Amino acid sequence: MAFFILKRLIQSIFVMIAVAFLAFSLFRFVGDPVSQMTGVETSAEDSARLREELGLNDAFIVQFGRFTRNMLQGDFGYSYRTRQPVADMIASRIPATLELGTVALLISLLVGIPTGIFTALRPRGFVTQSILLTTLVGVSIPTFVIGIMLIFLFGVQLGWLPTFGRGGTVQIGGWTSSLFTFDGWRALILPALTLGVYQLTLTMRLVRAEMMEVLRSDFIRFATARGIPYRSLYFRHALANTMVPVITIIGLQFGGVIAFSIVTESVFQWPGMGLLFLESIRFVDIPVMGVYLVVIAFFFVLVNMIVDLLYVAIDPRLRVREDG
Amino acid sequence: MLARLFKSEPVYLFFRSPAAMLAAIVAILVLGGAIFAPLLASTDPYDLSSFSLMDGLLPPLWEGGNPRFLLGTDDQGRDMISAILYGARLSLTIGLMAMAVASVLGVGLGLAAGYFGGRFDAIVMRIADIQLALPAILTALLIDGISRGVLPPAIHQDLRVAVLTLAIALSLWVNFARTARASVFVERNKDYVQAAMIMGQHPVRVMLRHILPNIMGPLLVIMTVDLASAILLEATLSFLGIGLPADSPSLGTLIRIGMQFLLSGEWWILWVPTLFLVALVVSINVLGDFLRDVFNPRLR
Repeated sequence: MAFFILKRLIQSIFVMIAVAFLAFSLFRFVGDPVSQMTGVETSAEDSARLREELGLNDAFIVQFGRFTRNMLQGDFGYSYRTRQPVADMIASRIPATLELGTVALLISLLVGIPTGIFTALRPRGFVTQSILLTTLVGVSIPTFVIGIMLIFLFGVQLGWLPTFGRGGTVQIGGWTSSLFTFDGWRALILPALTLGVYQLTLTMRLVRAEMMEVLRSDFIRFATARGIPYRSLYFRHALANTMVPVITIIGLQFGGVIAFSIVTESVFQWPGMGLLFLESIRFVDIPVMGVYLVVIAFFFVLVNMIVDLLYVAIDPRLRVREDG
Repeated sequence: MLARLFKSEPVYLFFRSPAAMLAAIVAILVLGGAIFAPLLASTDPYDLSSFSLMDGLLPPLWEGGNPRFLLGTDDQGRDMISAILYGARLSLTIGLMAMAVASVLGVGLGLAAGYFGGRFDAIVMRIADIQLALPAILTALLIDGISRGVLPPAIHQDLRVAVLTLAIALSLWVNFARTARASVFVERNKDYVQAAMIMGQHPVRVMLRHILPNIMGPLLVIMTVDLASAILLEATLSFLGIGLPADSPSLGTLIRIGMQFLLSGEWWILWVPTLFLVALVVSINVLGDFLRDVFNPRLR
């Protein structure tokens, strides 16, 4: 077990080094950092001095080492566009994205898993067929269109909910939260629904597929023959065996939520990391792009580690194999 | 040949599935509209002289518009039908090209990885794993962002379509590679492949002549599904303002423009391209689902 954790930890560190390398290459080779930082009237000598000060004349590996060390110490450099430290810019945007993503993920799981089980148990019913058709349409509608539709219905036509921004926020430590004001919750509903709907259809379809697969297997057939009550059969024996793939998808969905939050944040002008990333692409603000990548990769790696540990906790077979 | 095709199982199943037939009709209509857009459209949305500001913001015909513009006009006086036909043309071109590039790249790498195995396989699959963890839209955004930094602005403007296509293709190849590789692993140990190898045929010939035709089924499903993804990706990127600029509007760009009229009551400028895009993608996905069921007899 300890060996397994250690192995995963080392793998994760390698992934992070690879991503840091990518971010560094972006900074170093996409456009010239010096010409980005200086204006037209900067003299050649000043440029050369800046180049020397930034250490851009050092060997590649030395530069990369310095870049990594700075990052580990929380120094992420400065934005080309706003001249502010990138670390502050990103940090101020993280709470908005994480709150939006978490609520969206919760919607996806709390609705997706029960409907997935239901549609697997009644595969030919009318309700199931209509749900499946709805999800097929749901998968085909792009996230931004869902957002527009929700804005149109609840924001413009009915006028019930705000259509942009975070509403009222509360400062808790360094964390700006909109989860503690009524206004904030109202502003959160539409973006979270937009972000959650697509993930919801994925969750549902996956749970359904897994559940149907398990229900076909021999041990369920034997359990049925033994006369085990259906309730226990479905919710204890069958459901337990679908948990591993479901947890995998939750891990993967986290990535989806982060990625599509770019779109959702753009539709709702939600002041999160995604909006910042979009702006940085538009203005070719390479340092912000690179740091966004590193931060996202860090979240990915963290979630994947947790998912792997959960596997071992859930599936006893993995424990035996790793110890043996 | 044709008679054999009509007696084949997929065709038989196709004519028994109303959903698949409806989807095929919609997809063919859109495709036809896109191909023949210059003939069908009453105005050329790229040609400023073919429309006039005087015709701006006309509602669709049934809301009291001008009979010349069945679905109304936008604020510049562009005919909405012409706009969506040309938009679909651009969206489908990018989607199909991206899908083609992704499938050639992905199938090639997947075939080779499955056939040769070993270190090559390990490297390709590691890259695929990393990319699979990154959602396609993030990859595409990143490639687009890098291209902005590397290419001078003037050149970048000219290469917009190519950059966008490449960005989408590079974020979709993984599905093809994984499917091709998995299928090759199954096929490689079958007698006909072994026989071809023992005869001393060139590996490329074994892969393309013998293995590829036998794994076309699952690949066809992925191609359909990925075409839908590619069209959605293009629309999303253009909607975000990262993809195509407003002077060569694809469906996504048209929707972005339409967003400005969300609050002001000119609903057709937004909803005409939106519904058109959704209808197109839904029908492609329905066809993909149908193909998946055809090639997976266990689910039938």
